[in-house]
Amino acid sequence: MAFPGARKVATIDLRTDRDVARARSRVSEIMKAKGSRDLMTTRFVTAVSEIARNAAIHGSGGRLLVYDLPDPRLIGVECVDEGQGIPDVEMALADGFSTRRNSLGRGLGGAKRLAKTFTIESTPGKGTVVRMTGICTSR
Amino acid sequence: MNAAAIYAVEGVLLVSITSDITDSDIIELQELLSNRIARSETRGVVVDISALEIVDTFVGRVLAQLTAIARLLDAETYVVGMRPAVAMTLVELGMYLPDNHTALTLDHALEKMRKAGLTSGFSRGA
Repeated sequence: MAFPGARKVATIDLRTDRDVARARSRVSEIMKAKGSRDLMTTRFVTAVSEIARNAAIHGSGGRLLVYDLPDPRLIGVECVDEGQGIPDVEMALADGFSTRRNSLGRGLGGAKRLAKTFTIESTPGKGTVVRMTGICTSR
Repeated sequence: MNAAAIYAVEGVLLVSITSDITDSDIIELQELLSNRIARSETRGVVVDISALEIVDTFVGRVLAQLTAIARLLDAETYVVGMRPAVAMTLVELGMYLPDNHTALTLDHALEKMRKAGLTSGFSRGA
C-alpha cells in the first residue's frame, strides 16, 4: 500500500510530454474539487510535473497514481517507472544536479521542497518510485 | 502547434501560451519565435503566461533561454501575466528569472517598451 488507508482516485499513464501535461491538469482538477487554494495547488502540481517528467523522459515511461488520504486536507501521489533507476538519490536531490546537459537539475530537489512529504526509492536497473503528499487546505 | 500563438502588436511580438503546453511545444515555440525575431527585426517580445497555472523548472529554464536568445538577436523579452502563486513557487524553486523583464499586464509591458523605444510598428531605426 502506497499510503495507509488511502483510496486510489486516478491513474495516469506517463509515456510522452503530452501525458505529463495531462497529469498536471488531472491533479489540479482533483485538488480544486477538494477545495484547494491557488498557492497550494500550484505548489503541488509543480512538484507533480517534475516527478512525472522524470518518469516519462528519464524513466522511459511509467504511471502516476493519485490517492485520497484518510486526512481529507491532503492528497497523495505515487509515481512509478521501470527505468534505469537513480544510482545516487542523495545527489539527485541536491540542487544543481542533473545527468542531462542543459538542465539546471532543480527538478527532484524542487519537488521535494514543494511537497509536504516526499520519499523516493530507486533500484538501479529496475526503476524508481516517488511518493509525495500535498496540502489542499488547512481547514 | 496550437499551444502558443505569436502576434505582432506595435512592432512587438506577442506570444500567448496556453495552459496545456507540452515540453516539445515550448521548444518548438522557442525556435519559431527566434526566427520571427530575426526576420521581422523585432526589438521587443512579450510572453503572456497568464494561462499557465504552473511554471516548473523546465518551463522556467526555457523562458530564461528564450530571453537570452532574444537578447542575442537584439530584442528584449517581457514576461507578463505571471500568477502570484506561480511567482511564489518559482522563488521557492530558486528560479528568479533575473534576465527577464516582467510586467503585470500586457498594457504595462507595452508602456514600458514604448518608453524604452522598443515599439514602433516600423522596422528598426525608422
